[in-house]
Amino acid sequence: MAIEQDGLSTDGSVFTEKSGLRAFLQTWPPMVILAIVWLGLMVFIAIFAPLLTPYDFMAVDVLARLKPPVFFGGTFNHVLGTDQLGRDVLSRAIASIRVSITIALCATLISTIVGVTLGFIAAYFRGWVDQVVLTIVDAQLAMPFMIIAIAVLAFLGNSLPIFVMLLGLYGWEQVTRIARGLAISANTQGYAAAAREIGASPGRIYLRHILPNISATIVIAMTLNIPGVILLESSLSFLGIGLQPPQTSLGNMVGYGRDYIQSAPWIMLMPSAVIVVTTLSVSIMGDWLRDRIDPTVK
Amino acid sequence: MKGQLTVKNLTRHYRLRQRGNLFARTKTLKAVDGLTFDVAPGEMLGIVGESGSGKSTTARLLLGHISATSGEVVFGGEKVGAVPDLAWRRMRRRMQMIYQDPLGALDPRITIGEQIGEPLIVHFPDITRDARRAKVRAVMGNVGLSSHHGDRFPHELSGGQRQRVIIARALVMEPELLVCDEPVSALDVSVQAQVLNVFQDVRARNGFTGVFISHDLKVVRQIADRVAVMYLGRIVEIGRPDEVFHQPLHPYSRALVSAVPRKGRSARERIILAGDPPNPVNVPPGCPFHTRCPQVKPVCRIERPELMSEGGRAVACHLVNNPSTARVAVADGEAA
Repeated sequence: MAIEQDGLSTDGSVFTEKSGLRAFLQTWPPMVILAIVWLGLMVFIAIFAPLLTPYDFMAVDVLARLKPPVFFGGTFNHVLGTDQLGRDVLSRAIASIRVSITIALCATLISTIVGVTLGFIAAYFRGWVDQVVLTIVDAQLAMPFMIIAIAVLAFLGNSLPIFVMLLGLYGWEQVTRIARGLAISANTQGYAAAAREIGASPGRIYLRHILPNISATIVIAMTLNIPGVILLESSLSFLGIGLQPPQTSLGNMVGYGRDYIQSAPWIMLMPSAVIVVTTLSVSIMGDWLRDRIDPTVK
Repeated sequence: MKGQLTVKNLTRHYRLRQRGNLFARTKTLKAVDGLTFDVAPGEMLGIVGESGSGKSTTARLLLGHISATSGEVVFGGEKVGAVPDLAWRRMRRRMQMIYQDPLGALDPRITIGEQIGEPLIVHFPDITRDARRAKVRAVMGNVGLSSHHGDRFPHELSGGQRQRVIIARALVMEPELLVCDEPVSALDVSVQAQVLNVFQDVRARNGFTGVFISHDLKVVRQIADRVAVMYLGRIVEIGRPDEVFHQPLHPYSRALVSAVPRKGRSARERIILAGDPPNPVNVPPGCPFHTRCPQVKPVCRIERPELMSEGGRAVACHLVNNPSTARVAVADGEAA
């Protein structure tokens, strides 16, 4: 019986060369490229917002109220139309993206630092310290964060630093659990024991050896946290207890634009679309990062 | 300054609880049971024995990586503790270990060069980057690694190269005490020879005190000045390698030596021990080896032989230490 050998290449090699484009698309799926481009654009806007806005985002022009976007009967003076006070929607959206992205990144950074620190402390001391940390984590998990946020904002009032620090507490408990578990399992690995037996201090073992080895998982936890913070910030601003006017953010725009959803839907649709696409992009990139960084998935 | 290593009555017991039985009595596993020996400054002591005889536990006890149940280890006048505090960490400057599993002991995310230099960063933070690099290169040269290996990661090296990285990392501190736990057992024979040559070169240069653990008698004979044979957590015989390996006195040593294949010896001369070593949880009373000993006498079942030294050689066996008692016991046994 003849053996089918169609699959084999003529030189007898069992490896088949992939075409350049296919190989490229396999490492960089189109969705991931789109997500990365979008996030790059968002970061670019966040950094250069004052240079990009055609108008001051707070400038009121009562004569040009509720102008529709350019292809819906508007003019190129206001590409995305204007709101009820005649403020340029594009300018406001750019300013909002800057505020929201900054808050999301700062808050995620804070929650990651808090979480990793507490997780490492719990993993290093074990015993009652570990129990205390885990109890606080459980207490945090048992309470909806939204209620805590509303209570804190009601008592402490609202300013940008307080708001960022409050959102920085969002998600720390998940990072703590992940960091604690990974540190405990890394501690039993040979490299951590070997570092200890060289005479390295606990600080060195945790920061120089364990942290780099578990960083992949931590980075993924961070990317999963960012959309949560953006949505939380939007919800709080939508409820009117987040950033106060004339400050603006994406949620703030949605919240104040909802009154005009029938007559001037572009005021809230524009920031809503940005929220949806940004959170989606971060999630897609987080998924892709996990597959890339984790060597066991390859 | 090299120091003398003194071990007094060192024991390490593990408590075991039987699975699936809440009220079961805990049992004690005596991994190391009363070791006493000295290693002179600059001497290399080999420890041989079969699997489960407590060799690796001994290695970790000597360096204070695990705490002893009782007894003490003194190196260079200082007691070796097992609490990883500042003094313990300082002591690491003088004592290092070479691991059996090199891949496990290396950090997968750090380059080889940095890992070899790490003890220097830890213990001599004042040393400049360039001086450290130069030192690392020199040590890598000593163990036969080329300098371009310094930028590689552990998974990019072969097993023998990784083992040499571990050795380089231990040697970069120029330790006074080096404990090697089966450093060459994972390597093929040609690499074994290379690594052993490296050891002997460095010893000739720095002259560290060493404990070399292996189950390979040929390797130990090549490298050790004195050799101890362990069985079930105890030393049964200790002496110079040529004596122990050419005229073993303890029946267990004799069986161990006869297990090494040699040219021109008929297979019939081999002493084959019956059965496995007893479970270390239930060490039999009397001599622990009596269950497998081909020359067992009644007294061996009752009384545990002590390690008796005679001119640098020590054996724990009734047959050797007081043959008269053994014979009397035999006579008693026949009379009874």
